[in-house]
Amino acid sequence: MIRTTVLAALLAFGMAGVGAAADAPTDPQIAHIAYTAGQIDVVAAEQAIKKSTNADIIAFATLMAADHKAVNDQALALVTKLGVTPEDNPTSQALSQAAADKLAELDKLDGAAFDKAYIANEVAYHATVNGALSSVLIPSAQNAEFKELLKTGLTLFTEHQHHAEMVAAKFQ
Amino acid sequence: MTALIKLALTGVLVAGTALAAMPAFAADYTIVIDKMKFGPVPAELHAGDTVIWQNNDIFRHSATARDKSFDVDLPAGTEVRMVVGAVGSLDFFCKFHPGMTGTLVIAP
Ligand SMILES: [Cu+2]
Repeated sequence: MIRTTVLAALLAFGMAGVGAAADAPTDPQIAHIAYTAGQIDVVAAEQAIKKSTNADIIAFATLMAADHKAVNDQALALVTKLGVTPEDNPTSQALSQAAADKLAELDKLDGAAFDKAYIANEVAYHATVNGALSSVLIPSAQNAEFKELLKTGLTLFTEHQHHAEMVAAKFQ
Repeated sequence: MTALIKLALTGVLVAGTALAAMPAFAADYTIVIDKMKFGPVPAELHAGDTVIWQNNDIFRHSATARDKSFDVDLPAGTEVRMVVGAVGSLDFFCKFHPGMTGTLVIAP
């Protein structure tokens, strides 16, 4: 349900973009969405590092926190250099709301139940974000340098998705 | 064949053998990591040469041999020197992002 809402919000841009290019997200909006998406995964990772005792989960979460923080720092430096101010938008809001709900839901779980739910969500979350990056955000980005950073982000997050799938397989 | 020519030929052969036996000068080669990819690996790599792993990314990577013969940690923006020892074909990957792969071919 939550995931559907986020997907719908993300795809709304894409759908509108087909008919009217003016409705595609702008660079300030894309920057906000990408930054929000990264920050969400950092917060999720911090929760996992705090709650989990499983070595695979902690290693994965530590990597997520480091990689996403690195991309976001770079994104922030780039938008500052370009004079772009990230702009809040319905997609960012839907992402944040869904993430807050997920965080609360996972907070109630412990031990293996938490690990399994966390890693399953990481697989789904990276798949959603990667879908949005490749179908809407990257094609819509105007600034070449910014587009390049988003592409590197997609390569990185695709790695994360595969990594998450490998860890998730151990919890089946 | 005159004795002189024979002598000259022998000289060339001896010189050639001596050259082949001499160890090649150890060389340095840089492998650049950028945008989540290992760049081109040196075409000709010999035991004793040095590979410089240069991580230009903002992410921590590693250069890790499949056979575990090396495992180089590469924090963001660092470079690490590694002398290649073993002869053969060594597949490597990044243990943090295993989709990043490459192969070192090391001649004697
Ligand atoms: Cu890596």
